Amino acid sequence: MKSPLEFRDPERARRLLDALAHLTQDRERDPISVMHVCGSHEQAVARFGLRAALPPGLDLIMGPGCPVCVTDCPEIDEAVALARAGLRVATYGDMLRVPGSGPSLADVAAEGARVDVVYSVTQAAELARRCDEEIVFFASGFETTAVATAALLEGGPPENLSVLSAHKYIPPAMEIVVEMPGSRVQGFLAAGHAATITGWGVFEPFVARQRRPVVVAGFEPLDILAALVALVGLVRAGTPRVVNAFRRCVTREGNRNAQATLWRVFELVGGRWRGIARVPNGNLRLRPAFAAHDARRRHARLLAARAPLPAAPLLRECRCGEIMAGLATPSDCRLFGRECVPAEPVGACMVSNEGTCRIWHQYGGHPRLAVSASCSTRAQRGAGGCSESARR
Amino acid sequence: MCLGVPGRVVEIDGLVATVDFFGVCRTVSLQIVDEPVAPGDYVLNHVGFAIRRIPPEEIGETLALYERLIELAAQDDPLLADLHSEIEAAGRPPGRSDEESA
Repeated sequence: MKSPLEFRDPERARRLLDALAHLTQDRERDPISVMHVCGSHEQAVARFGLRAALPPGLDLIMGPGCPVCVTDCPEIDEAVALARAGLRVATYGDMLRVPGSGPSLADVAAEGARVDVVYSVTQAAELARRCDEEIVFFASGFETTAVATAALLEGGPPENLSVLSAHKYIPPAMEIVVEMPGSRVQGFLAAGHAATITGWGVFEPFVARQRRPVVVAGFEPLDILAALVALVGLVRAGTPRVVNAFRRCVTREGNRNAQATLWRVFELVGGRWRGIARVPNGNLRLRPAFAAHDARRRHARLLAARAPLPAAPLLRECRCGEIMAGLATPSDCRLFGRECVPAEPVGACMVSNEGTCRIWHQYGGHPRLAVSASCSTRAQRGAGGCSESARR
Repeated sequence: MCLGVPGRVVEIDGLVATVDFFGVCRTVSLQIVDEPVAPGDYVLNHVGFAIRRIPPEEIGETLALYERLIELAAQDDPLLADLHSEIEAAGRPPGRSDEESA
């Protein structure tokens, strides 16, 4: 059979880019703006140099696609409070350095709190099985990742494992972003991994309500480019509908087995997404049947007793929210690359490997390769100062 | 954390599979994968869980579809609309209607 690496073929990629250029050649002054909602898409776009190769008539914006970045400060504060109270907290590596209203988990670990980095919720469960004390799994991630947490909780977790859920559900957030004043989003690239679980049918109500097309895209360079060709075609034609351009993984109905697991364990509840807004039905909360493993219920008194933390002064200048809503780019932010750098992040977008600011800082945002060769060399070395992004 | 990584199944022990990720072997859970998996299959994995068996025939078919996108994008927009219907039709599992696959 053909290898998945076929989807990196440079010759096909060039032809797809030519097709995109052809479709947008009359839009240089008024670019077609589309949004993706997945950190893995931005990673691939940056890593394979696609942003620099996209035609000037197309603006590809990264939306609220990084679950770490949209984890709200009070949620981080809860994990920090539990760690400071002496509980052992396990979480994905991305969550470690995200500042809450006050310190991050990494900060309190430096003070002596016990924080473990895990790659999977199963590792948190293994950790719990090897010890007698409680392990709090601070769970972040969209529906794709929440399914893993749900599967573990359904499959008989150790009694001393609890879950502090910061899981989010992406479809309602797409509506919030479209309805924001000043929103330029004309269509969405939907995340192929989330759609592998939910199926592409989940976007049909959104398209009917918002009259904007959605194309489900995979993560290899050809997947992204082909999906962009389809999406630009739909925007131009003015025919909003859902197209599945990641058919080797996504079906209309999705992974029903995984969906059933997800909804048996979690329920939807409204909640704030950091920097963006309160998103109705945007958060995933453990159902009462799993109360015994719900860290919020187990430690309700401890969490209620913590003093509210005032927001750090620099945080007030942070523009992560506007960046995730597609209303600003990292280079519009005064802190980007100055006070806010990967080693000392101010906003969550600079922390996670999937955050827009972190990715732009690492890869140079929108290097104008055709304009300046020296600029592209610096961008490849990771200089954030080269991110001359704003085409707007 | 959000990465989905394709890998090839080497062996299976109950609901746990050993998967080769381009040279690195890791165990993944088969608890939530969408259909039965056998050694040699490609699966899409996320945080230690297989979430999709990748049907081998879909890889070649996807590439063929991209070829067609390139051809049509070079022509006029109205033809793209035809392509979109084609992609939509192709989005369903081969040989099954949506109702049957419940």
